[in-house]
Amino acid sequence: MPTLTVDGVEVTVDPGTTVLQACEEAGAEIPRFCYHERLSIAGNCRMCLVEMEKAPKLIASCAMPAGDGMVIHTNSEIVKQGREGAMEFLLINHPLDCPICDQGGECDLQDQSMAYGSGDSRYDELKRAVAEKNMGPLIKTTMTRCIHCTRCVRFATEVAGVDDLGAINRGENMEIATYLEQALDSELSGNIIDLCPVGALTSKPYAFTARPWELSKTESIDALDAVGANIRVDSRGDEVMRVLPRLHEDVNEEWLSDRSRFSYDGLKAQRLDTPYVRKDGKLQPVGWTEAFEAIKDKLNGLEGDRIGAIAGDMVCAESMMALKDLMEQLGSPNLDCRQDGAALSAETRSAYLFNTTIAGIEEADALLIVGSNPKTEASLINARIRKRWKMGSFPIALIGEEADLGYAHEYLGAGPNTLQDVANGSHSFAEVLKKAERPMIIVGQGALTRADGAAVLSVARTIAENSGMISEGWNGFNILHMAASRVAGLDLGLVPGEGGKGTREILSGNLEVVFLLGADEVDTSSLSNSFVIYQGSHGDAGAQAADVILPGSAYTEKDAIWVNTEGRPQLGRRAIFPPGDAREDWTILRALSETLGKTLPYDTIHQLRERMIAVAPHLADIDVVTPAAWGGFGESGTVTADPFSNPISDYYLTNSISRASKIMAECSSSFSKVKFEETGTNG
Amino acid sequence: MSQVIETGKAFEFTPENVEKAKAFIARYPEGRQQSAVMPLLDLAQRQNENWLPKEALEYVGNYLNVPYMRVLEVATFYTMYNLKPVGKHFLQLCRTTPCWLRGSDDLEAVCRNKLGIGNGETTEDGQFSLLEVECLGACVNAPVVQINDDFYEDLNAENFEAVLDKLAKGETPPKGPQIDRVNSAPEGGATTLLEKTGGA
Amino acid sequence: MLKDQDRIFTNLYGVHDWRLAGAKSRGVWDNTKALIEMGQDGIVDAVKESGLRGRGGAGFPTGLKWSFMPKESDGRPSYLVVNADESEPGTCKDREIMRFDPHRLLEGCLVAGYAMRAIAAYIYIRGEFVQEAINLEIAIKEAYEDGLIGKNAAGSGYDFDIYLHRGAGAYICGEETALIESLEGNKGQPRLKPPFPANVGVWGCPSTVNNVESIAVAPEILRRGEGWFSGLGRPNNTGTKLFCISGHVNKPCNVEEEMGIPLKELIEKHAGGVRGGWDNLLAIIPGGSSVPLLPKDICDTVLMDFDSLRDVQSGLGTAAVIVMDKSTDVIRAIERLSHFYKHESCGQCTPCREGTGWMWRVMQRLVSGEAEIEEIDMLINISKRIEGHTICALGDAAAWPVQGLVRHFRPVIEERINSRKADRAA
Repeated sequence: MPTLTVDGVEVTVDPGTTVLQACEEAGAEIPRFCYHERLSIAGNCRMCLVEMEKAPKLIASCAMPAGDGMVIHTNSEIVKQGREGAMEFLLINHPLDCPICDQGGECDLQDQSMAYGSGDSRYDELKRAVAEKNMGPLIKTTMTRCIHCTRCVRFATEVAGVDDLGAINRGENMEIATYLEQALDSELSGNIIDLCPVGALTSKPYAFTARPWELSKTESIDALDAVGANIRVDSRGDEVMRVLPRLHEDVNEEWLSDRSRFSYDGLKAQRLDTPYVRKDGKLQPVGWTEAFEAIKDKLNGLEGDRIGAIAGDMVCAESMMALKDLMEQLGSPNLDCRQDGAALSAETRSAYLFNTTIAGIEEADALLIVGSNPKTEASLINARIRKRWKMGSFPIALIGEEADLGYAHEYLGAGPNTLQDVANGSHSFAEVLKKAERPMIIVGQGALTRADGAAVLSVARTIAENSGMISEGWNGFNILHMAASRVAGLDLGLVPGEGGKGTREILSGNLEVVFLLGADEVDTSSLSNSFVIYQGSHGDAGAQAADVILPGSAYTEKDAIWVNTEGRPQLGRRAIFPPGDAREDWTILRALSETLGKTLPYDTIHQLRERMIAVAPHLADIDVVTPAAWGGFGESGTVTADPFSNPISDYYLTNSISRASKIMAECSSSFSKVKFEETGTNG
Repeated sequence: MSQVIETGKAFEFTPENVEKAKAFIARYPEGRQQSAVMPLLDLAQRQNENWLPKEALEYVGNYLNVPYMRVLEVATFYTMYNLKPVGKHFLQLCRTTPCWLRGSDDLEAVCRNKLGIGNGETTEDGQFSLLEVECLGACVNAPVVQINDDFYEDLNAENFEAVLDKLAKGETPPKGPQIDRVNSAPEGGATTLLEKTGGA
Repeated sequence: MLKDQDRIFTNLYGVHDWRLAGAKSRGVWDNTKALIEMGQDGIVDAVKESGLRGRGGAGFPTGLKWSFMPKESDGRPSYLVVNADESEPGTCKDREIMRFDPHRLLEGCLVAGYAMRAIAAYIYIRGEFVQEAINLEIAIKEAYEDGLIGKNAAGSGYDFDIYLHRGAGAYICGEETALIESLEGNKGQPRLKPPFPANVGVWGCPSTVNNVESIAVAPEILRRGEGWFSGLGRPNNTGTKLFCISGHVNKPCNVEEEMGIPLKELIEKHAGGVRGGWDNLLAIIPGGSSVPLLPKDICDTVLMDFDSLRDVQSGLGTAAVIVMDKSTDVIRAIERLSHFYKHESCGQCTPCREGTGWMWRVMQRLVSGEAEIEEIDMLINISKRIEGHTICALGDAAAWPVQGLVRHFRPVIEERINSRKADRAA
């Protein structure tokens, strides 16, 4: 443990700590542009120079390992001169166009220039101008502002695993660019906007729409996949202006995937902002009372088992609880939160969780991926896998659809037969898993949403048990969810009750009334004879099949608990109000229950949450992953030879909000279509 | 604005160059084939009239399993990769101080007046291209012009014109010093190595 | 003057056969096995004792550098990397070794490589040296065929390979870590140190980068004895050295001389004197473009070695002597160098990427006189903000010539500015 002196303060740091980090621990502020905790060290901006006694010149503190006995000065005159010099060099060719720059107000260059710059300019030569570069629909470039810190290049190659970004030419002609100006094709591309310390890379959709100081900032949770990324929703009035990641080391670190970041314009489009009732074959806007009365009329005298309900992918835990309670009041066991029909049971919690946790991936030493493409299903978890892979000694194998995941992996095969080979030890990768101390398996929905899903799950369990994935302090068995609502739904027991029907049967057309709570990824084609109630935020597939529409809230418009694929309950917060007559979802169900004469026993969200905690006690522990005990699950049965297929065909269009987003539509046509053509039929 | 030209014509190494490429790759430890990017770009350039189109860059990238962007970075970092066509005789005129002190400006004037080309330009007949370069490392034989692979040394306006005339006529003027001198020995005879000291 | 029998590079001018037979007749590859039998430590100690300091510019003691290499492998192989990216303006000595005496370099590779327990040497030659590369390739092939390198090299029982790697036009690759990057197939951008190459060099393996001349003289030092080498020159500045004399002399040339030879003697004896006579001398850059120039009065007496030139705020560098007579526009001479450094900056770190271009643009205006007197101090201030603030020494190298110019020729610059102002006023 080296001990060093920083500005007269003694500080002892862990071996491997840099001088910069040691300075921070000692309370000294070190300016920097190129240095970033999560990227390799470049040492190129020269802003973090400090004085080290006995060294002939200033040292780059970001790159120098802290050594015992070092004496560091961070505020001496030569350090100030060094910083002022670096600052001046950075600014001479910078356009200083802050008034028209979207980075204004949140710009490292601006801030550090204020703190460490000289305040005037001696540069009388012509400034360098650099042509804009195309990087696609999400990233706007103003490359004249670039200070060549290479954070974006390092992020792309190291974290995102794409090699399309680089620095071409040399000397003062060095320029950051994508290969031949192609769009940056990565699900994580938006992060380079956050990483860019200046206004060279800014958000194209957000361009010139707001200044940071005008925005209300709400800390919340993303609901567009099951990762539970921590986000900050920036809004102005009733409009979400942008979505940014928020630091959570155990979940998303400080990254966010592009769909979660850029779908926000979909919050304004296709909105259900008033109740509707189908009259004479057409949906007509009505008041809440009329809508509720229409439902009451339909349900009047109906046996509970003639009613069914499905909860969709972006439904909060509160409204699922209310739905479950309402269905119970109505006497219906026909309830399901697995709108994709995944063969997961709610019995054993460890059977549907990502048990290693996301951060736990870094502890694992072998990985088998089954029926999943983590890159599109959970881009941030994929980034974590890549992070682990980069550390070395991490064999990864894939069974399912072969794909470029951004890391090297062994492709074992397409379907259950290969899986069985691993389970019975006849495949060589079984040995790899067995030899590993902390092996892990990731089972995706592509392996479970099939007729033999339960049997596949059982084979996966066999692999987990046979290869020592379940041991004291380690559970390597992981289900990778894609829906933000799914784990809470299973926690709260939104599965068929005794004798009850599940998703497939509810959708078969044999029920009188079907309640779709935000369920849009379902096949409604057989429901023409059923009375369909749709509650949700967007006029998507579910609403089109509906007879009554109850306008709900999107995830940015309500306080809600979300449980991610790890089983981590997190609190989302309302950033803006839902549009028009739309309401927070649990209050709609509560009001409906009253109309139906089945009043739910909670008047406030706190009472509702008490109820939820009674059902699922771990929901009380916000941000805590409660380890789930191992138990029996899955059904032994016959698996077919059909290959696993991945559920996501277009990463940018997986949910009703993203489908309403023009930005996502543009991404889809820029990226997804290209991929389709490349692998399609034109060969 | 891309610096790379796409010809629309596929590029691949000739069988002879495939053998050379293999030999280059074999110089580096296993798994380090990226080290061969530079020799392979040079090989491709030599095969392609001294310049590298997009197809050649990507061919080298594919050949070595190196991302295109990394190949492009290399191709734009080093000055010897030509990303656009150059003349049959590629004149690289050294303009750094030792050559300038001994008259490289005069050679530039020859290019301008005789060939009608300035820095970065090619004659209309495609015979000559001029590129002003920095120190070529033959300073005691300054001024120097590298023409394709060869150094022409101890130039002045007169003997440089003579070299250009010969090239234009399709002849190959002898490379090296263009005055009466043995390599880098002092003009008129060496001052050292005069004794018989084991020299053959 | 150095006696011919004390000269190492006996085919400096290429008048003899450079190939294996010729080389052998000049004593190269003469019982190399015996040199290797000195043992690794024996060789390193002898080179240390000889006082040999690196011939690439920095003058770091060669034997000491070799001793940094691991004595026991942790599983990684070690490499010798020969810096043949000779690009320092004024310098053209390694070129002669490679084209006219390549076997001397190869023998040095084997001996040095063995001393540092390397399995192979990579010779990184600048791309423009095509003929030199061809000669080296031929020499390498000859050496393999003759059993001098490869398995059981020169009958020593030691296996050693030599490979050539051609650069492609980048001065910065003469910086050892940029060279390593380039050897790995990347842009030549210097690495941060630590780690140093002896720990983490090419392909992550322990590596030592040495200049061509440093390696090429090693076998001869061992053969003739370290005392012979250390007996030449002055203490701490021993041995012989290749000097390149260019610019305004009557007979520009390369020559091998004794370290510490007076600059004036060097020029008058071998290069035919300054054009127009010694009194027509304006200034000399004594060690390649990176070192500050010296005005005539210092040149009158200064000795050509590391310490003497350091004492006059310049340096021996690569011992490339660039002579400027009184006809020289010395501002333009340095402006050309500023352009060189701007052109060769790799672009990686801020002060060099931005500062070299700024300095060059100011220098351009100083050439024409389109400047203010205060800008001279500003220029020096800019150069100080580059110097010592960059990842590698290119920033320093860009700063020093400008500093040297102002140090010794400030009145000339002021005169230019003032007369330009007067012209405009008229």
